[in-house]
Amino acid sequence: MANEKIRNFCIIAHIDHGKSTLADRILEKTETVAIRDMEEQLLDNMDIERERGITIKARAVRLKYKAQDGEDYIFNLIDTPGHVDFNYEVSRSLAACEGAILVVDASQGIEAQTLANTYLAIEHDLEVVPVVNKIDLPSADPERVCSEVENVIGIPAMDAPRISAKMGTNIEEVLEKIVTDIPAPKGDTEKPLKALIFDSYYDSYKGVIIYVRIKEGRVKVGDNIRLMATGAVFNVVEAGFMDASNLVNKGSLEAGEVGYISASIKSIGDTRVGDTVTNNDNPCDEALDGYRKVNPMVFSGIYPSDGAKYGDLREALEKLQLNDASLSFEPETSVALGFGFRCGFLGLLHMEIIQERLEREYNLDLITTAPSVIYKVTLTSGEVQYIDNPTNYPDPALIQTAEEPMVKADILTPSEFVGNIMELCQDRRGIFKDMQYLDDTRVNLHYELPLNEIVYDFFDVLKSRTRGYASFDYEMLGYVPSKLVKLDILLNGDIVDALSFIIHTDKAYGRARKIAEKLKENIPRQLFEVPIQAAIGGKVIARETVKAMRKDVLAKCYGGDITRKKKLLEKQKEGKKRMRQLGTVEVPQEAFMSVLKLDS
Amino acid sequence: MDTLGIYIHVPFCVKKCSYCDFYSVSYEKDVSEKYVDAVIRNLRYYSDKKRITDTVYFGGGTPSLLSARQIKLILDEINNSFNLSADTEITLETNPNTVDFEKLCELRKTGINRLSVGVQSMIDSELAFLGRIQTAERAEKTVYEAYKAGFENISCDVMIALPEQSAESLQYTLDRVTDMPIKHVSAYILKTEQGTPFDCDEIKNSLPDDDTVAEIYLEMVRILESKGFEQYEVSNFAEKGFESRHNCRYWKCYDYIGIGPSAHSCNNGKRFAVGRNLHGFIDSDIQKIEITDENPCGFEEYAMLRLRLKEGLDLESVPEQRDMIIKKIPALIKSGYINYDGKYISLTPKGFLMSNAVIEYLIF
Repeated sequence: MANEKIRNFCIIAHIDHGKSTLADRILEKTETVAIRDMEEQLLDNMDIERERGITIKARAVRLKYKAQDGEDYIFNLIDTPGHVDFNYEVSRSLAACEGAILVVDASQGIEAQTLANTYLAIEHDLEVVPVVNKIDLPSADPERVCSEVENVIGIPAMDAPRISAKMGTNIEEVLEKIVTDIPAPKGDTEKPLKALIFDSYYDSYKGVIIYVRIKEGRVKVGDNIRLMATGAVFNVVEAGFMDASNLVNKGSLEAGEVGYISASIKSIGDTRVGDTVTNNDNPCDEALDGYRKVNPMVFSGIYPSDGAKYGDLREALEKLQLNDASLSFEPETSVALGFGFRCGFLGLLHMEIIQERLEREYNLDLITTAPSVIYKVTLTSGEVQYIDNPTNYPDPALIQTAEEPMVKADILTPSEFVGNIMELCQDRRGIFKDMQYLDDTRVNLHYELPLNEIVYDFFDVLKSRTRGYASFDYEMLGYVPSKLVKLDILLNGDIVDALSFIIHTDKAYGRARKIAEKLKENIPRQLFEVPIQAAIGGKVIARETVKAMRKDVLAKCYGGDITRKKKLLEKQKEGKKRMRQLGTVEVPQEAFMSVLKLDS
Repeated sequence: MDTLGIYIHVPFCVKKCSYCDFYSVSYEKDVSEKYVDAVIRNLRYYSDKKRITDTVYFGGGTPSLLSARQIKLILDEINNSFNLSADTEITLETNPNTVDFEKLCELRKTGINRLSVGVQSMIDSELAFLGRIQTAERAEKTVYEAYKAGFENISCDVMIALPEQSAESLQYTLDRVTDMPIKHVSAYILKTEQGTPFDCDEIKNSLPDDDTVAEIYLEMVRILESKGFEQYEVSNFAEKGFESRHNCRYWKCYDYIGIGPSAHSCNNGKRFAVGRNLHGFIDSDIQKIEITDENPCGFEEYAMLRLRLKEGLDLESVPEQRDMIIKKIPALIKSGYINYDGKYISLTPKGFLMSNAVIEYLIF
């Protein structure tokens, strides 16, 4: 099929603005899926994605559409992750497209993530096609939203299709826009192969499946391909596309097309998103621009509640990593928590998703430590260290300078919440940059914030202080010098390594007090009194005491019936397993978890 | 040589007390006759003349609802089927409202030589709260009459940590109880048992909190000891030589045979129990038992039971665990939970209050 009949596009939308529903309608209208076969919201295929209403991994689907001009078109719909943690993946998905449908909720208008991704699309020279969704809602105000799109993004929007993806209203208009507004792909099929990897996943039968956009040349079954960043060479077993439910091996792909390649690739680590695929026997001169290795930004210790499940946890992490090259982990031990793993994540959401999948899909009970960012420490010796685990933070006497990562944050909010947000950002050591009115009622606030101030609970607090209306996005800025200290928590005089963390001096006292209070609430009174202390170096800056319990259940042994007493003893033995024994102190798992969310 | 104890569960009550979850049903004369027959059948079945039997205990329920004649029938059968020692301790739990002087004299003649009287409190409003059928005056009268009838070994049950119990009301009850001619006091902390009328939020919320209960308990121990009743177990106090020999069997892992619905036994290397069903008991030739422990009196159980006694645990009796236990002693001594004389570990009153945690800490 000629390139001019191909349209490669993605959908940009804020969570809940209807991306997946629109995708379903498009699939339905193009008769890619028989309606009765449709599962609600096809593209999101992980439980967690559906429950959270977000898309985690990108996927691509090929559709056939007979346009009003009487011609048959091929649509490649490339799904993109909507969340900041996956920004890089988004950018690679965009690089595979010529156009993007921008879905905006007719009552809520543009949100921070939409804006960020739209700018990203414009940066990639994509044709942006605005669509106003949810016009069936009573609060819908399409005119206002269209003018907001024009004012804020600077693209014409007054003739944007007004649709209701839910009701199936005006979907054809969107399909026609795709045909008329989005350019056909370019690319010379005679040049050496040059293809962009924008996604990959592990299939237990076929090995790694890579999703590619062919930029130049062609690839067919039997070719030797080379992945340029890693240098790995493979022999192509299948080349084709995905329809609504299956991989269709058509034997070859050529410039302009989007599809998949399988080549008996065993490790997803070989197939990095953003890498260029070329022909090993007839390689292109240089790789595509924009590749970079994704580095984890947030780290956390993950431990099995039951030490015996360490092996299970390792296995589960290995399996998750098959499909998620951005997840990193290495063994770590903690005096308090035993054997576990230090895991690296792209961001907070990524971390939550991994934890949740470990618990849900692998049935593991976990204890996680407070998330940490990577600090850059220059020692007096001149040596530079990157610290992702507070336990490894050097002795302050040896530190010349300490630096922490900063982010540039966009917060979109109704103007009534500006005060609340400024207060929050101030409290999180934010530096106000500027503020821009999107229209009469909505504001875009620009802040620079230390990453370590947003990894705990920033998003939750932001949502609660704006009744859920504010949206938030960030990108990395780099390192700045900072007055950092390591705060230790001591129980009964012993440091609990799993509770140590690095914090700005100005905030140490307040957080120390809160943590001590939380621990007091969550450590039950027990046989011995438990002194709780928070200390910097040797200096105690906060303390609480869990008083010794005075009386426990006195089971009768009357009439010689000791069964209840024995049961009680057994129960205590069981209960002990749920506790971490630190010296003479028993610490329930909840206590470790409670210090993770101090403001809620 | 090993000795044996016999427990007879008498599952009849005039009225169920609100806090009680022991097995009992309403008293009916003809049912009680059938019950006595069944007890006698079982005594014959369990007959053991090789070992000396030196304790017999009628518990309930309200054993004093049985007539002196019925008690005598049972004791005669025990005499036939078991090798009773001359100084066998024979206890009858007694509700003050079920006996008068005449009956007490008859009971004394049957061979009963120890009465455990359910006094619970000497304050009528507290008795009413507990759902007891007697008044303080009636309880006092019963004890004095029993003494007059020839009972020299009388015990009183007392309930502490009642709603709104004050230092004064506790002192008052203990003063009046110990002024009577008794040798032994059992003092239990009121606990709301599942399935009893007290198992509801209204009652639970009215009970003193654990810290207050601890204060009350320690005060109770102090008062009783000051009056010559030495604590020898978590809830038991006696003048020297009047400790309940039968109850000590439980805590020393000695054998006892329990007869009657809901009765428990530890005999010949097994623990077993009878179902909570009077008619099942009456209708069976021999009571149906369920083995609850095939291998009782292992270390954990032994240590747990021994540590309920003031005498405590002889570390030489647990050579395998001795070193493990010794390491844990200093922290417990420092907190005032235990005493250790180089041989015995014993709990202090403060330790008894925390006995679950202390024992768990010591043995796991």
